[in-house]
Amino acid sequence: MMYFSRLKTAMVVGICVLGVLLSLPNLFPSPASWVPWRTIHLGLDLRGGSYLLLEVDMNAVVKERLDSLADSARQSLRRAGVPRFTATPQPAQNRIVVRIDDQTKQDAALAALRELATAAGGSLGARPDLDFEVTPGQITITLSPAALIDRATAAVQQSIEIVRRRIDETGVVDPMITRQGESRIVVQLPGVEDPNRIKEMLGKTARMTFRLTDENANLNAAVPPPGVDFLPLEGQAGGKIAVRRRVEVDGANLTDARAGQNPQTGEWVVNFTFDSVGTRRFADISRANVGHPFAIVLDDKVISAPVIREPITGGRGQISGRFDARTATDLSVLLRAGALPAPLTVVEERSVGPELGADAIRAGAIALAVGFVLVMVYMAFFYGLFGWMANVALLVNLVLLTAVLSLLEATLTLPGMAGILLTLGMAVDANILINERIREEVRNGRTPLNAMETGIRRAFSTIIDSNATGFLAHVMLFVFGTGPVRGFAVTITVGIATSLFTATMLVRLLMVRWYAARRPAVLPV
Amino acid sequence: MFIRPIFRIVPDDTRIPFMRGRFMGLIVSAVLSIASVILFFHPGLHEGIDFSGGIVMEVRTPGPADFGKIRAALAEQGIREPGVQRFGEATNVLIRLEAQPSEAATQDMVNRVRTAVESSQPGARVLRTDAVGASVSAELFRDGMLALGLSLLMIMVYIWFRFEWQFAVGAVVTLLLDVTKAIGFLAVTRFEFDLVMVGAILTIIGYSTNDKVVVYDRVRENLRKYKSMSLRDLIDLSINETLNRTLGTSMTVFLATLPLALFGGSTLSGFAWVMLFGIVIGTSSSIFIAAPILLFLGEHRLRRDAAVQSPAKAAS
Repeated sequence: MMYFSRLKTAMVVGICVLGVLLSLPNLFPSPASWVPWRTIHLGLDLRGGSYLLLEVDMNAVVKERLDSLADSARQSLRRAGVPRFTATPQPAQNRIVVRIDDQTKQDAALAALRELATAAGGSLGARPDLDFEVTPGQITITLSPAALIDRATAAVQQSIEIVRRRIDETGVVDPMITRQGESRIVVQLPGVEDPNRIKEMLGKTARMTFRLTDENANLNAAVPPPGVDFLPLEGQAGGKIAVRRRVEVDGANLTDARAGQNPQTGEWVVNFTFDSVGTRRFADISRANVGHPFAIVLDDKVISAPVIREPITGGRGQISGRFDARTATDLSVLLRAGALPAPLTVVEERSVGPELGADAIRAGAIALAVGFVLVMVYMAFFYGLFGWMANVALLVNLVLLTAVLSLLEATLTLPGMAGILLTLGMAVDANILINERIREEVRNGRTPLNAMETGIRRAFSTIIDSNATGFLAHVMLFVFGTGPVRGFAVTITVGIATSLFTATMLVRLLMVRWYAARRPAVLPV
Repeated sequence: MFIRPIFRIVPDDTRIPFMRGRFMGLIVSAVLSIASVILFFHPGLHEGIDFSGGIVMEVRTPGPADFGKIRAALAEQGIREPGVQRFGEATNVLIRLEAQPSEAATQDMVNRVRTAVESSQPGARVLRTDAVGASVSAELFRDGMLALGLSLLMIMVYIWFRFEWQFAVGAVVTLLLDVTKAIGFLAVTRFEFDLVMVGAILTIIGYSTNDKVVVYDRVRENLRKYKSMSLRDLIDLSINETLNRTLGTSMTVFLATLPLALFGGSTLSGFAWVMLFGIVIGTSSSIFIAAPILLFLGEHRLRRDAAVQSPAKAAS
């Protein structure tokens, strides 16, 4: 037991050296991009920044899917020659109810509707995404659960992509955008103290459509004529405009959008360019509607309704409408990034200014230093030489903890710093157990070598048992915790693991070396 | 500098008859825990924003904060019943708002408070914003409780696996008594109960179990070593033998946590005080609660088991 083979010695020393090497990147900036340079990241609570938890509005996703499905259903039924029918989306039940007056046409209608079903989700196999239920005079089309999950996944993925593009445009350095759970997105913005502008940008779906207006509609009518919406006019309280529902060109057909100033008036505008499909469609529409206004609609608000003076065939256009430099830039960013598949809401926000983060780091560092010194002094006073060995192990433990956290590229949070301190306090427990045990064995009359050997061996199973339970408790915290508390769980679980190595292997090595060099007749316990 | 130890916490070979105080220990513990449970329901815990939802904003003003101005500015923005209080230094103010009916209302409120603060006096700034919606706070609470419940369960399973069932029951009952007292401490001190506090309670659980395991380990060892000793004497002996270690580890963890309570800043000091309380509770419960429970549960069974097992062991 007390014999340490050269290989084992080399391994223990090697791990310690490796620990030092892996900790070094935290002290210096990366020399070159090709050098692997893994460091501990500071959490937003320490470096300052914003944490936003966004929720994708799944009801909107389902509703949109049902609306478009109802549209397709109507078209199919018309093509199949089914007279007099209604197709009503019922978003709460994820279904569309189709009522047919002429029951002799029901089979034909069902056949036509069945063609709407496509295979859902690759991972789920080729199962149809729609379920049909037929009762006389009525066909119910329900989105299957698999299809719903599929839609949700796609919507969240797409939202993440759009959110990333929008945030990249704002110039925030190192944003982190990740998915959480089924319908949530975590956005972490280091260095952003006031996330208001970003929240505003993420709060817009930014679906832009170009539509024709209905100049004959009576805006005072209670209900708009079929196929027409009364939409509010941006910037004019109470202003309304009658816009046809049919979308002529969609914002998805834009290739570029830039904020600029009109050279004549100095007014802020957004210049945009269509792709080839958009260019062709816009040319057709403008040619057929010279002299009539069209509406540029953004998220159900008309931002501008200019009159077409001549056919626009170059695929370029300009939106003007009471912009200032900021709103014009924001709109161009939103248009370039594309529309969100569904609205996002901020369900949790945590922002910390860099000043407060610096305060927290200072407080944490002071507490860490004082705690460290107190524990080391205690060990020296109460355990003498073996206490000093434990102190060496404690320092190495801190290095190894840093190394592992760097390797994992873990995030250090304020509670994480508390975790490091607690780890230090608990790590010496193993040494206390060993030292007390050796002392007992000496008092039982064993020789120094024998006492050390037996003491370490007997203490070991106790050390494992007592650490395992603490480890389990903190793994649970890691699994169920979120945010900074997770950082606490990480430092403490990693700390328990590294302390097992330093408190047993390293201290044993130190004891063996010391014994071999001195051959003491009495142990200093 | 120091080769030989300079101090010992307690002398070796103490023979303190701890089990004589077993009823006293259990009664005191039960009373404290019952009081804690009552405090938990009335007045209840001061729930932090993680669990209650709502808005907390920390504000720093250039000079000592003028609360009147800040309140007036908030009122001007139509914010009713804001909690405005000093936070640490005289220049720091904490503004608290209750959970809003919807996520959109929450965001709107955050903006209004920000506007109010910036208009209240020149140079006043928002340093920190925490806004938690109702759905998220409910989930955070559920997850926190799940973490607590599951770790208790896993600890019980682990101890059951490694020791006899009497030990596992003793450990978990003691842990429950410890946790209730920690919650009572939270109710009395009015520290905010949030996710970080769940972390503190979990750490107390981990630490307290660690302590119990060491004593139990020694009991198990002595059960094999002293075949004819009564369980009561045996438990007393085990506690005495491990007393230096039990107190020693408490001391180091206590010393490591103390600076956190004193200099750790407002966010961590609550956590640290609860930890310090937990260390004292966890250490004393190893001696006065966990061991007596083991004595009650194992009076006959553990000794008989040991007696049955020993010939088998001797034979093998």
